[in-house]
Amino acid sequence: MTKKFLSGDEAFAEGVRLARPEVISAYPITPQTIVVERLSEMVEDTSLDAEFIHVESEHSALSCAIGASAAGVRTFTATSSQGLLYMAEGLVYASGGRFPIVMMNANRSTALPWNIYGDQRDSLALLDTGWIQAYAENAQEALDLALMSYYIAEHRDVSTPFMVNLDGFILTHTYEEVEVPEQAQADAFLPHYETDNCFDFDNPKNMAFSAGPDTNYLFKYKEHAAMLRAVPVIREAEEKFAAVFGRQYPGLIDTYRTEDAEIILITLGTIAGLAREVADSLRAQGTKAGVVRLRYLRPFPGKELAQAVKSASALAVLEKDISFGAAGTVYTNVTSALQANGVTAPVYNFIGGLGGRNISRADIEAVFAKTASGTQQVNFIGIEVENA
Amino acid sequence: MSISAKTLDTNEYFYGHKACAGCGGSLAVRAALKVLGERTVAVLPAGCMSAVGFNFPQLCFANNAIISMFAGTASMLTGVEAGLRRRGITDFHAVGFAGDGGTADIGIQALSGAIDRGDDILYICYDNEAYMNTGIQKSGLTPYGARTTTTPAGEHIHGNLRPKKNMFEIVAAHGIPYAATATVGYLPDFLAKVEKASKIKGPKYIHVIAPCPTGWGIPVSDTVEAAKEIADCGLWYLAEYENGSFRLNRDPKEFTSAEDYLRRQSRFRHLTDEDIRVIIESRDKKWEYIRKNWKQ
Repeated sequence: MTKKFLSGDEAFAEGVRLARPEVISAYPITPQTIVVERLSEMVEDTSLDAEFIHVESEHSALSCAIGASAAGVRTFTATSSQGLLYMAEGLVYASGGRFPIVMMNANRSTALPWNIYGDQRDSLALLDTGWIQAYAENAQEALDLALMSYYIAEHRDVSTPFMVNLDGFILTHTYEEVEVPEQAQADAFLPHYETDNCFDFDNPKNMAFSAGPDTNYLFKYKEHAAMLRAVPVIREAEEKFAAVFGRQYPGLIDTYRTEDAEIILITLGTIAGLAREVADSLRAQGTKAGVVRLRYLRPFPGKELAQAVKSASALAVLEKDISFGAAGTVYTNVTSALQANGVTAPVYNFIGGLGGRNISRADIEAVFAKTASGTQQVNFIGIEVENA
Repeated sequence: MSISAKTLDTNEYFYGHKACAGCGGSLAVRAALKVLGERTVAVLPAGCMSAVGFNFPQLCFANNAIISMFAGTASMLTGVEAGLRRRGITDFHAVGFAGDGGTADIGIQALSGAIDRGDDILYICYDNEAYMNTGIQKSGLTPYGARTTTTPAGEHIHGNLRPKKNMFEIVAAHGIPYAATATVGYLPDFLAKVEKASKIKGPKYIHVIAPCPTGWGIPVSDTVEAAKEIADCGLWYLAEYENGSFRLNRDPKEFTSAEDYLRRQSRFRHLTDEDIRVIIESRDKKWEYIRKNWKQ
């Protein structure tokens, strides 16, 4: 293990290198570019033995990765924003074909208006495409998720593609001290990819076929069941990861001072750090505040979340996303799961950080205050409107 | 050893599918796979051949095969080739079979990218001159004057107003190691080109005319005849691009009647004498260029 000063993109590239993918196909887009630049350099200096394929678009990046996965090898791609949307057809193709491709997505705003900065509208708009979705908070977690994502995606009970999301710029371009494991450790954690979901010259296969109304639903049910089976596999991966690397991750959600909390803020990604600091300040002033960071959006941690917030009298969901005409997509998922699990506390939605707009300490303090006093269902940080 | 009816593989690799009677596309796929053999991975995008051959549980390829995204034939071929090579497998062919729309329209970007990268793949475009799978809509390879369901022939517009996109020369302009045109009407020529391509490293492209009786409006028994006639009357040509130069494989001393070729197909039945004159004039101009500039 060595300590390095790395950005989120660079840390992720280190994690990918340690995972030994055989085929990497990627197309550049800000703020993802650094991860593919580093991987290209690793291929050049032979620290990574992989085919780096310079595709001419994101659509081809994922199409190529699907082809390589169907050939039976570990693959990697990375993108962001418009690029992720451009490969959207491939997302459902990869999940439907049960190809355990790993992709890093640098969370970035979607046009129009054009904007290169971070929000989470790109990946959240594609929550229903059958990919596991994880959201990293810091560069170390990004590196570690690169390794764990392959373990989970390729597990025979799961065989589902995996998207690791890093907040654009705030995480992709921010430098932190990161522990980079040795290759031998990574190899001890992550086995070589073995699959029978691939071409076979002794027993030829027809893959990615059509299935009519009589059988189609069976394939779709199996996709759903496999995604649910990812829950225990994520736990298994984290236990094994802790045994090898000495870092224990908390599962689908990361809770902070929630045990006795009266007001709990639920969020995802890098903003969780500031939310925890605000919770500490509020507790110092006598308000029992807590924070839940959703590490996974698919599979969705409904039961875990309901368990974590059971002491709260009011809840907030803070997200960098809005589904126009409804509410934030994370909010919709959270409220649905809480209702199904018997949580009756009011839940308010706070939309912030769109197009990379800063969410300040004061903003989060206001989120807690409004949640405690009660507010409208959907609130845009920085915009005061009458209750609609 | 050159391919002939006597030496052609008697095994069937594309069998039990539900292609229409007289389908030129399925003939091209079936024949090409007999040349390429069992150690072939076939990539087919959304389109006729994937629609008729991959209906779970009736899967019709005896070799490894996969449906790609519509725009992704070439990019998936790239991944398949790279992945198998990484597994240490080298004695195989990665072949794509895409229709005219899948090649000249939605798939041209990925095709250009794969040729540009120099990937070791064979791309075969079976050209039936319209989006036949969705019900005969105009593609970039629909010929001038053809009636399709999106280029109706009426009083004001006589079918498709644009000529076929010149895919063969577009592909050649990439400096591809090997490109060829063919037609299922001259099957030995097509098979020989597939065999030649299979032995060349890097990207290869074969553009084969494959009539669709349903879309062309001809009897199902006339597929091969129409596919011969299109070359005999000069509205198609048999050629190769190799080592940076073009070669015409077949130079008819005299063309058969283009008018007869056109009038036999219901998609051209509305054409006026003037329309036909325009088509013949454009044919003659093309042949003048070919005979002047290409080797023979």
